Amino acid sequence: MVPTHYYLILSAILFGLGVIAFVFKRNIITIFMSIELMLNAVNLAFVAFSQALNKLDGQVFVLFVIVVAAAEAAVGLGIIIMIVRNRQTLNVESVNLLKL
Amino acid sequence: MNVPLIVFFVLAAMCIIGAVSLILQRHPIHSALSLIVVMIALAGLYLLMGAEFVAAVQIIVYGGAIMVLFVFVIMLLNAGLEERTNVSKLAGIAGVPLAVALTGFLAAAVARSQDTVQAATQTGATAPTKALANLLFQDFVYPFELTSFLILVAILGAIVLAAPRGER
Amino acid sequence: MDFLTQQAAQHADILISLAKILILLFVVLTVNAYLTWFERKVVAHIQSRWGPHRVGPHGLLQPLADGLKFLFKEDPTPAGADKFVYYLAPLLALALALTSIAVIPFGPNPLHFKGHDIYLGITDLNIGVLALFAITALGVYGVALAGWSSNSKYPLLGGLRSSAQMVSYELALTMSVVGVLLMAGSFSLREIIDGQSSAHGLFGLGGIFRWNIFAGPFPQILGFLCFFVAAVAETNRVPFDLPEAESELVAGFHTEYASFKFAMFFIAEYTSMITVSCLCSILFFGGWLSPFPASWTFATYLPSVILLPFGLWVIWDGLRYETIFGKLILPVVGVVITALGAAFLLFPAVNEFIQGPFWLLSKIFFFLFVYVWMRGTLPRFRYDQLMAFGWKLLLPVSLANVVFTAAAILRWGN
Repeated sequence: MVPTHYYLILSAILFGLGVIAFVFKRNIITIFMSIELMLNAVNLAFVAFSQALNKLDGQVFVLFVIVVAAAEAAVGLGIIIMIVRNRQTLNVESVNLLKL
Repeated sequence: MNVPLIVFFVLAAMCIIGAVSLILQRHPIHSALSLIVVMIALAGLYLLMGAEFVAAVQIIVYGGAIMVLFVFVIMLLNAGLEERTNVSKLAGIAGVPLAVALTGFLAAAVARSQDTVQAATQTGATAPTKALANLLFQDFVYPFELTSFLILVAILGAIVLAAPRGER
Repeated sequence: MDFLTQQAAQHADILISLAKILILLFVVLTVNAYLTWFERKVVAHIQSRWGPHRVGPHGLLQPLADGLKFLFKEDPTPAGADKFVYYLAPLLALALALTSIAVIPFGPNPLHFKGHDIYLGITDLNIGVLALFAITALGVYGVALAGWSSNSKYPLLGGLRSSAQMVSYELALTMSVVGVLLMAGSFSLREIIDGQSSAHGLFGLGGIFRWNIFAGPFPQILGFLCFFVAAVAETNRVPFDLPEAESELVAGFHTEYASFKFAMFFIAEYTSMITVSCLCSILFFGGWLSPFPASWTFATYLPSVILLPFGLWVIWDGLRYETIFGKLILPVVGVVITALGAAFLLFPAVNEFIQGPFWLLSKIFFFLFVYVWMRGTLPRFRYDQLMAFGWKLLLPVSLANVVFTAAAILRWGN
């Protein structure tokens, strides 16, 4: 059996890598993908706890997180397509019209 | 060193290599492919933990639908290589160790709590999918209906946002 | 030697699985090759011509010639193509298509060999049907990435259209199977077939009327039609093959692929045809169950009744074939087939064992014939007709099937 805290450490590492990708990358789509990576890390923690506590609520919540991630990806990519139509670039630093 | 532990380390290595590759790749399509590898490895980890339905849903929905959406958008927008940035070098030099430190703190905090969460000695029910379905449709029926509304809103939003200009 | 036999006894399970994988891989690739021969012959006869008949007796060595051609042809890479993704796409398509054969059970009874029970079929997952859908869902990437990485407009358009088509019909595909899952109560393919062997037959009769398509509280005819149409669209076959039709988009997403990489796409497509035929027979047509009721014991001699005359005809045809090669090979093949038929007649234990696989293989063969028949006769859909059909007709019909099946099960029980 694999101890539960191994899964939780992996989840923490994946979440940290997601944060690093979110902060350091400049392409809008890559930033979006890092959000998905963070959501996946959280899913892993949910399933690990569900197995540890022998209850299935964690897995039900994982299903909800996946559904929410799908909805968010659809709308977010729609917004990205609009931004690219208006600014003709995928660089997130060029979307700075509100900057002082 | 039993077999589940070896499988865990292999899959965890795949996850971490995929995530690091997401950061280091310059073309977004390669980042997307790395993320797909991470998701498949995570599905393997869910299988290892006995959550077989969640593993299948992860591959079908996340790997087969959401990431396909990402790949389509990258192809349609003709995304190229990442451009050079003009952010100060100091941010780059100081930022990476700080980010690694954040990850390390999270992981250490989790590792220190290992005595409070014990792994179950036996996995769940004999028919986990049936039990999951019972839970979903009896205790969690209200969130279930709400997520169906959420998906409807997302579909409408995506159509409105991405439709060609003349058809509003 | 003692060390080897000791290690073999300890790790027997892994060795048996490995042997099963190698044998099944070899069998599937051979069936693929001869499926191309079969398709060319049948489409040719539908079009009143002969098809391949020179390369060996009756053209039987044509797949070998095609394979050699694929190996030795020049293999250019388009300029500006993304090399990693360009090489990855056909590998992905082939690997996923071949993996889907792993969950399919081929027979009910295990082989008894040196104290080990060897089940026919590499594994039986608790989520067998879901695993197959997961593999199908990942198959979209082979097409999309191939179209994009070729750095050329026809493959890009073909790849985008083809992957949009596959994603749309995936929904109808999974929904149409839910009726079967409700009636069987499980995702496992073995349990679905076992459920059909004890189902409530239509009109109270046994045999063919116990199969999911006729049986139980709600016959799954609608589900089967939706599944078959959606599966043909998933595998990009006629009438849904616009993205790879020659008159439309040169060759769609595999335009820029030559020789062996094209062969990989080709094998992937035919293997997914075989997987879909297996799924149709298992989910809706009773898998390895015989259409005759169990009380008709004379029906167990059907394999011999088919194989013996066929073997004798092959011998007779071989002896009067034109070429010397045919005169040598065909009688040998005929003798092997006749010997098989006689073995089934003479050894009841072998006959008992072969009943399951025989019926499953016949049903798979029948569905492959329907696939090839459609290729020879039907025109293809226009792209907007295709998408409208998938979203506006197939998806609502499969959802209606789910609702009716659930209502019927609620009313009359399983």
